[in-house]
Amino acid sequence: MAEVRLESIARECRVQILRMLAHAGSGHPGGSLSVIDILVTLFFGRLRHDPRRPDWADRDRVVLSKGHAVPALYTVLAKAGYFPEKSLITLRKLGSPLQGHPDRTALPGIEAATGSLGQGLSISLGLALGLKLAGSAARVYCILGDGEIQEGQVWEAAMSAPKLGQPDHALDNLVVFLDGNQIQLDNFVKKVLDIEPVITKWQAFGWPVIEIDGHDIGQIAKALDQAEATRGKPTFVVAHTVKGKGVSFMENDPEWHGKAPKPAEAIAAIREVLGVAAGAWEDYLKTDAATRAIVDELSLLEKK
Amino acid sequence: MPAKASRAAFGEALLDLGARDERIVTLDADLSKSTMTVNFAKKYPGRAFNLGIAESNMLGVGAGLALTGRIPFACSFACFVVGRFETIRISVAYTNANVKIVGTHSGIAIGEDGYSQMGVEDVACIRALPNIGIIQPADELETKQVIAYAVEHAGPLYLRLTRQNLEPVCPPDYRFRYGRWLLLRPGHHVTLVGSGGPLFNCLEAAKLLEADGISAEVINAACIKPLDEELLLRSAGKTGHVVTAEDHSIAGGLGGAVAEALGEVLPTPVKRLGVQGFGESGDAKGLYAKHGLDPAGIAASVRKFLNR
Repeated sequence: MAEVRLESIARECRVQILRMLAHAGSGHPGGSLSVIDILVTLFFGRLRHDPRRPDWADRDRVVLSKGHAVPALYTVLAKAGYFPEKSLITLRKLGSPLQGHPDRTALPGIEAATGSLGQGLSISLGLALGLKLAGSAARVYCILGDGEIQEGQVWEAAMSAPKLGQPDHALDNLVVFLDGNQIQLDNFVKKVLDIEPVITKWQAFGWPVIEIDGHDIGQIAKALDQAEATRGKPTFVVAHTVKGKGVSFMENDPEWHGKAPKPAEAIAAIREVLGVAAGAWEDYLKTDAATRAIVDELSLLEKK
Repeated sequence: MPAKASRAAFGEALLDLGARDERIVTLDADLSKSTMTVNFAKKYPGRAFNLGIAESNMLGVGAGLALTGRIPFACSFACFVVGRFETIRISVAYTNANVKIVGTHSGIAIGEDGYSQMGVEDVACIRALPNIGIIQPADELETKQVIAYAVEHAGPLYLRLTRQNLEPVCPPDYRFRYGRWLLLRPGHHVTLVGSGGPLFNCLEAAKLLEADGISAEVINAACIKPLDEELLLRSAGKTGHVVTAEDHSIAGGLGGAVAEALGEVLPTPVKRLGVQGFGESGDAKGLYAKHGLDPAGIAASVRKFLNR
C-alpha cells in the first residue's frame, strides 16, 4: 500500500521534472529520472524533516552530490511543502532560488552546494560526524552518480568514512546511494572510465554494501532498514538504475544526459510516464485537470 | 617576548580556546606535528580528526562539520591545503561554511624543503574567492589574537602562518581588528606595507633608510582581505610611494591587492617585493636575500624606487 503511494508520487515528480526542464530549455533529464525513486522513497517514506523548519538541528539530511540531477530534488521538495509547486518552472531563470545546481544559500531544504562533482560525500561525512558529536539521532543520506565516483575526492572520503569518528562517534548514521545509471555526459561509464568492480571496491574500503534495483521502492526501503540496523559503520547502496527511466526515447541514451526536452517532447514523455496510449491521450486529459494544465502550458511554450 | 613561529603560537592559542569553546575541532592531513595541532589532539582527542593525506576530503568534512555548528580548523601546509582550490571554492567559500582554513609553512622561508612544499600562490588563489577573508599575523602576540578572533568570526577564513620564528613587532597593548592595519612606524617619504615574515625586515630596512635620510612609514598588513583601505590611502596620500613586502608571489598577493586598491582611488607608484618563480631549496636567510626580502634588499629596492 505504502509502495503504491510512493510510486504515484514518483510518477507525479517525473511529470514535473519533464515540465520544468522543458520550461528551462536546458538541464539534465536522464539523471533526474534515474534518481527520483530513491529521492521519493527518502522524502516520503523515511526522512524526519519539517518543511516549516528547514534549519531544525535534528533533521535528517539529504546531500545530492550528483547535483546536476537537482530537478528531481526540487520536485520532492516542492511536493513536501518547502516551496510552491508553481515555482518549479522558474528553474534556471535569473533570480530564481532554483539554481541550475543545488544552492543551499538560495533555497531552504538544500543541504549542500553540489554540482562540482566529487564533493558531496566529504560534506556528508562532516555532517554525519557533526551530528554524532552533537548527540543527535539525525541521519545523513548522500547520493553519488556512477560517473561521479571517477573523482579522486570520492575515494579519499570512501577510505575515511568507515574509520572516521571511531570508536565513539562511528558514522553509522550515514547511508550512501550510488545512482548506477551507467551513463555519464560523454558516453557510457564503462567506455569513458570503467568503475567496476564497484561493489568489491567499496567493500575493500570497509563498507557494508547492499545491491538493489533503484527503481523498486520496496527494495530501496528494505536497504534503508538494513542500513539503519547496521551499527558502527556507514552503509553503501549500489542502486541499479536506468538513465531517463520512464521515457522510452530517453532511456539508456547518453544524448539525454544534459539536454532538455522540447515542449512537444516533454508532452510525449509525460504521456509515457503516465502510461497512457497515444490514441487515448485526449480522452485521458479530460479526466486529469492537473496534467491538462501542464500540457496546455507546454503547448503554449511550443508555439513561442 | 622571544621570537616564535606563528604556527607554534597558533597551537598554543588553540589549547586555551579549546577549553573555553566546545565547538572547536581540528582537522589535519598527516601534518599535525608540523601544523602544531598535535597538543590539541592530545588534550581533546574526541575533537581532533586526522583525515590522512587527503586534503580535499579534509576540507569537505570541515564544511559538513561547520554546517552542524562546529568550528573546524582545517590545517595543512599552505600549498597543500590551498592546492585543493575547487573544494575550497564550492564546499567552503560558496557555502559560506564556517571553516577556518589554516595554511602553515607559507612562503620560501621554509628553506631547505624547497619548491614543492612552499606555498607562494595561496593568497592569490583565496583572494579570488568571495566570502572568505585572509589574515596573516606577524608575531606571537598577533597570532594569538587572530586565532581568538577567528573563533568569533562567523564565516570562513584563511589563516596564513609561518614555520619560521617571528620576532615581536606589535606593541604589548596591540589589539587585532579585522580589516584594520597597524601603523608600526610613522614616516613621510615612502610607505612600506609588510605582512607576516618580511614585516620585521621592513622595520629593519626602515632603520637602514633612516641613516640615508629616507623616512619610511611601516604598516603591518595582517588582514590581506579585506584591506584597510582607509589607512592605506591615508599613508599613500602622505608619502606618494608605496612598497609592499611579502613572502608570496608578487602576482596576486598583498602587493597586487594594494596596487588594485590604489589604482582605482588614488593612483600611486607601487613597488611589489616578493617571490619571483616557484622557490627552491636553500637556507631561509639566503633565500630572502636572493628575493630581496632581507633588510638590505628591501632598503635597496626602496632607494632605487625613490631614485635616491
